[in-house]
Amino acid sequence: MYIVDMLGITKTFGELVANDNVDFQLRKGEIHALLGENGAGKTTLMRILYGLYRPDTGIIKVAEQPVEIHSPKDAIANGIGMVTQHFALVPPLSVAENIVLGNTDGFVVNRAVIEEKVGAAAHRFGIEIDPKSLVRHLAVGQRQRVEILKALYRNARVLILDEPTAVLVPQEVDALFETLNRLKADGLSVIFISHKLHEVTQITDRVTVLRDGKLIGTVDTKGMSQSQLAAMMVGRETFGVTRKDEQHQQQPVTLHIDNLCAKNDQGMPALTNICLEVKAGEILGIAGVGGNGQKELAETLCGVRECASGSIQLEGKELIGQTPAGFTQAGVGRIPEDRHEGMVGDLTVTENLALEHLNEYTRSGVLDHKAIRNRAEELIRQFQIKARPNDPVRTLSGGNMQKVLLARVLSRDPKAVIVPQPTRGLDVGATDYVRQQLLEQRDRGAAILLISEDLDEILALSDRIAVIYEGEIVGILPAGEATPERLGLLMSGAVKEH
Amino acid sequence: METSRLRLRFVKTDNPPVWVRPLIPVLALVVTFILTSALIFWANANPFETYYHFLIAPLTNKVSALEILVKATPLMLTGAAVTFAFAAGYYNIGAEGQLFAGAIAAAGLGVAMKEVPAFITIPTIVIAGFAAGMLWATIPALLKVKLQVDEVVTTLLLNSVMGFIVSALLNGPWRDPNSGWPQSPEIGASAIFFKLIPRSRLNLGFVIGLLVILVLWFVLTRTSFGLKMRAVGLGKPAARFAGIHVGRTTLIAALVSGGIAGIAGVAEVAGIQYHLIGDLSAGYGYTGIIIATLGSLNAVGVFIASLFFGLVDAGAQTVSRVLGVPVYLGEVTQATMLLVALGFFLLQRYRLRRM
Repeated sequence: MYIVDMLGITKTFGELVANDNVDFQLRKGEIHALLGENGAGKTTLMRILYGLYRPDTGIIKVAEQPVEIHSPKDAIANGIGMVTQHFALVPPLSVAENIVLGNTDGFVVNRAVIEEKVGAAAHRFGIEIDPKSLVRHLAVGQRQRVEILKALYRNARVLILDEPTAVLVPQEVDALFETLNRLKADGLSVIFISHKLHEVTQITDRVTVLRDGKLIGTVDTKGMSQSQLAAMMVGRETFGVTRKDEQHQQQPVTLHIDNLCAKNDQGMPALTNICLEVKAGEILGIAGVGGNGQKELAETLCGVRECASGSIQLEGKELIGQTPAGFTQAGVGRIPEDRHEGMVGDLTVTENLALEHLNEYTRSGVLDHKAIRNRAEELIRQFQIKARPNDPVRTLSGGNMQKVLLARVLSRDPKAVIVPQPTRGLDVGATDYVRQQLLEQRDRGAAILLISEDLDEILALSDRIAVIYEGEIVGILPAGEATPERLGLLMSGAVKEH
Repeated sequence: METSRLRLRFVKTDNPPVWVRPLIPVLALVVTFILTSALIFWANANPFETYYHFLIAPLTNKVSALEILVKATPLMLTGAAVTFAFAAGYYNIGAEGQLFAGAIAAAGLGVAMKEVPAFITIPTIVIAGFAAGMLWATIPALLKVKLQVDEVVTTLLLNSVMGFIVSALLNGPWRDPNSGWPQSPEIGASAIFFKLIPRSRLNLGFVIGLLVILVLWFVLTRTSFGLKMRAVGLGKPAARFAGIHVGRTTLIAALVSGGIAGIAGVAEVAGIQYHLIGDLSAGYGYTGIIIATLGSLNAVGVFIASLFFGLVDAGAQTVSRVLGVPVYLGEVTQATMLLVALGFFLLQRYRLRRM
């Protein structure tokens, strides 16, 4: 008996077919992975189940009964709960208040009563959380627990988790998996959206694989290897880039960061005495859980955030006090963390490619449109950007946007490259491309500072790995000595290695 | 069983087809006509006849056709002024006040330079009007760039301040000594914009308006400053990241915008009224916002939109004169048309799809 049965679901967005005649069956009391690359249609399918989208065609049955799900309210009424990557919590309110929000019995909210009810529910489901604490004070892992409890509190029998581990440190992932296994034992069904193979093989009972919106198959997890699943997911046996081992031991230091301190947007210290050296022809990876100063570090090194003290030297030349344009001029290749904030979405590919170097295309104030256009066409070819020169950048896919940024920066052979989260949200193909480009830059002799929350990415690319925790570098290891466990301990702030 | 019911749904589209654009004014007209017909009936007039006098009649004779251009002149200038600021993401709602700043400069210098020949006086008052508009725009622009004070609020409020300044001038030192009316003394003959066509009100101001539109087009599309402005307007963080001085770009755009609005004031004083009066502007600064929006922030669009508004303005007067309906009917029609047109602009981003 299936608790959820989705039959022949098709959903299109304009030209794009996000789900193409997809079937999906969830058994009672199982953890079921929905596996696929970014853009494979996993989230769309689940948004349909949760009532956020209407399918073009297809039938949804819950507990064998056909149902119409028009809104999340209908989904909740049918016992379906969803925890998205972006939590829907109100930070200044308490855990209990967040959980009863939109679900209060009457007009008056009695704090003591709801705290007791929520506490009882937390105890019943074995979720460790203090109903009185303010959400604002909770760590990401705890907030996720609040979201799960919120769904359970509303009598969810089916729990959809959209990439739940993306924001967690390894230790928090373990805690989440423990919770999920306990809930499974209680008869709850879990849909686990992911593209991380080791998690899928670790926690789930069955796997449904989507590729390009189509159902590839549903299999029992037992007996599937990670590479078999990967093959189903991407349609080819192997993927990933290969890194030649460090050959540049004796290279000079290109980028020298000394005692760098900076504040965050709230004026609180975000970076404390960061000291790093990046050699020519080296990738230095900065690992860490999101929100530990990575954003501020990248922005300071790109010249768009004022630093409180310290120095940044490129081949001995001080960069502190320079404008962003000065950083570019000096030879820093600056790739912004947020693609959408790094380019002007409503300007064309051509204009965005020229934006950083307008002076070179300007004669007495007037733009040389022809030169700009020629350069853009050249870069579009060279970097295999799938777009026309006059397309507004916002119409491009994430991968092509990132290629535009890479083209703008890397085509100028920068001495040092700052790349925060270069493959966030990209599919496997685009990810490979970006990583390959970074490795080529390294082999060319550029000093690359790679900031990433994706540990696999750090391990795959870096020659040395530094770990950032609460704005401090808590350890620097050669790639050969770094294991996920050791990095995980450093990332969680449990130990420091100096 | 569903076949008998036609289910339609709005779907958002990124790139509306090109043919939609020219269709919008036509559709807007038709819908406005339908909406306002009831009112016109109520005023004891025939809607078709009314609309004929509104939109067609002004084009059929030379005098009223020229009057359209006269009415369009200040709108071209304020429309260009607002576009310049909006393109850089600076929401200058203060064109009205900046217009009066320019008008004060023109009225003052126009009297003071009575003895100076026209070929000196006219360029001087235009430049002075530009400078005055710019100066008045400096206050909110600096507040925005240095202290991040919201410009919508400051520019809007400064319009009222300028209203009081004008009123203080007209009731105080500049009150016409002969008539005692709250209007400044008439400017000298050398400051008056010469007529382009004799026995009409069409004057040099229209040519200046055209020039400004041309400059606007050139700056926005052909210069690196224009691209920087648009980058700042469309994505500040990205522009900053790419090394563009966001503050400086915003400041320049805001000041030039104020300057252009100032020229609109000069054109009204030197071309039409010949002295400063409190009713110098029929809300031209605010209409400029509408024109810039309907013209989708490009020079050609601004030009067309101001001509169209000129036509409606001229038509409203004809209608009330010929048919004896209240002149307010013109204003109601304008406002209705504006709302309808904005609605269509919104709707063009959607397409209707059968479910």
